[in-house]
Amino acid sequence: MATYIARRLIQGIVVLLVASLLCFIVFRFMGDPVITLAGRYATAHEVEEVRRSLGLDKPMHVQYVRFLANAARGNFGISYVTRVPALGLILERFPATFELASTAVILSFIVGVALGVLVALKPYAMRNRLIMAGSLGGISIPTFLMGILLIMVFAVYLGILPPFGRGETTQVGFWRTGFLNLNGISHLILPALTLAMYQLAVLLRLTRAGMREVLTEEYIKTAWAKGLSPRKVIFKHALRNALIPVITITGLQFGELIAFSIITETIFQWPGMGNLLLTSIRENDQPVIVTYIMLAAVVIITMNIIVDILYAVINPKIRYA
Amino acid sequence: MRNRRIKSRMLHSFLHDPSAILGCVILVVFILAALLAPWITPQNPYDLETLTLEHFLTPPLWMEEGQTPYLLGTDDQGRGIFSTIIFGCRTSLVVGFSVVLIAGTFGVIIGLLAGYYGGWIDAITMRLADTLFSFSTTLLAFLFLGIAGGGSKLIVILAICIAGWVRYARTMRGSVLEVKENAYIMAAKSTGAGDMRLLLRHLLPNAIPPIFVVLAIDLAVVIMLEATLSFLGVGVPLTEPSLGMMISIGKNYIYAGMWWMIVFPGAALILLVIGINLFADWLREELNPKIQRKA
Repeated sequence: MATYIARRLIQGIVVLLVASLLCFIVFRFMGDPVITLAGRYATAHEVEEVRRSLGLDKPMHVQYVRFLANAARGNFGISYVTRVPALGLILERFPATFELASTAVILSFIVGVALGVLVALKPYAMRNRLIMAGSLGGISIPTFLMGILLIMVFAVYLGILPPFGRGETTQVGFWRTGFLNLNGISHLILPALTLAMYQLAVLLRLTRAGMREVLTEEYIKTAWAKGLSPRKVIFKHALRNALIPVITITGLQFGELIAFSIITETIFQWPGMGNLLLTSIRENDQPVIVTYIMLAAVVIITMNIIVDILYAVINPKIRYA
Repeated sequence: MRNRRIKSRMLHSFLHDPSAILGCVILVVFILAALLAPWITPQNPYDLETLTLEHFLTPPLWMEEGQTPYLLGTDDQGRGIFSTIIFGCRTSLVVGFSVVLIAGTFGVIIGLLAGYYGGWIDAITMRLADTLFSFSTTLLAFLFLGIAGGGSKLIVILAICIAGWVRYARTMRGSVLEVKENAYIMAAKSTGAGDMRLLLRHLLPNAIPPIFVVLAIDLAVVIMLEATLSFLGVGVPLTEPSLGMMISIGKNYIYAGMWWMIVFPGAALILLVIGINLFADWLREELNPKIQRKA
């Protein structure tokens, strides 16, 4: 197990290095930060001055090594637009994104898996056919459209939920939370639903498919024949096995969650990291974009390693030497 | 002989599955509408000569201020919603089918080689596939277009292909690994069939059925992704019609009660994707040997 984890860690570091190299190359060849910083009307001498102060006159590989060394210390440079450290700018937005994403994930997992089991047990019952039809709608409505339709119905026409922003927040230590008052929670409902809906439908369908396959297995027949209670057969024997691929796929598709939260945050003007990224892309604020990408890569790789280890823990068939 | 029997069984099950037929009909109608767009729309919304600013923001025909020929109303530039939807579907379908073809072909080749040869080809391509998969097609396409800048349909198509091939490669590889164990492959090998012949004549046709399911699901996913990217302003350029862009324009008028700019393109997008998904659902159940369908 320890060797396995070590190997995964090394792989993760390789991926991070490749991501950083790609970022570095893309930004060296796309647009010149010197012009952005020095201004369009700077003299040739001023431009040279800025270039030297940024270290952009050095050879490529020296620049890259310096970029890496700085990045390892959490120094990703200063935002061109706001002139504050990029990492701080992004981390400040972390609580907003985390609260939105975790609410959505918990919601979609609990409801999605529960409905998936329900539907798999009696696939041809009327109520379950309706649930499946609903899930077809869920996977057929892209997240951005879901968000806009929810705003239209609940904010514009019914006027019962706020359409944008995070509402009132409370500062608890370094964390700014929206969970502690009703206004904050009411602002969370629509974006969380938007972000959860697609995942929920996908999880429902995955759980249903997994359960239907598992329920035909011999060991389930044996479990029934032994006279075990339905609860034990369904949850302990069937669901546990059906959930393994479900958990793996959700965990391994963390990038999807990040992408969808960018979309959701943009629609609801949620003051999170994704919203900041889109603004930075529009303003061509390279240090912020690079920092975001590198942070996303770290999170995704860490999640992958955790999922792989969990996979080994919940699935007794797998033993890593 | 065996092949023909499978085909006739599939046709039979298709004709007895109303939702599969419905999905297929929806898809065919959309494809026909997109192909015939210039002849069935009253206006080419992206031909500046046909635009008149006096007709901007008119509601659908059946409402009080509706004007002919704008069946579903117009947007803020005076483009008819109905015409723009039809031309937008063209973009959706072109991007969708192009990605599926390019990513599918590339993925199938990679999967075939990785599954057949194993070894370092397998190790390298599948590690790459794992990594791209966890970053997700959506995130990579969005970041690529955001940084490199959109500009044309072709760039959007390529951006989606960056990670789009992964699902095909993995499915193909898994399928090849299974087919490889069959006796007829051994037989072909022992009669001296070369690698090329083995790959193309024996493995490819026998391992490919699961790819059709991936293809159908992927078409729906890619169409949604194109709309999403265009909605975010990193997709097709402003000068080209796109359902996502229409909705993003409509969003500016959401408080003015001009619902038709969002509801109609949104409905078209959902209907198209549902149609494809209905068909994909049927195909998946049909090609999955583990689930016995109730007659």
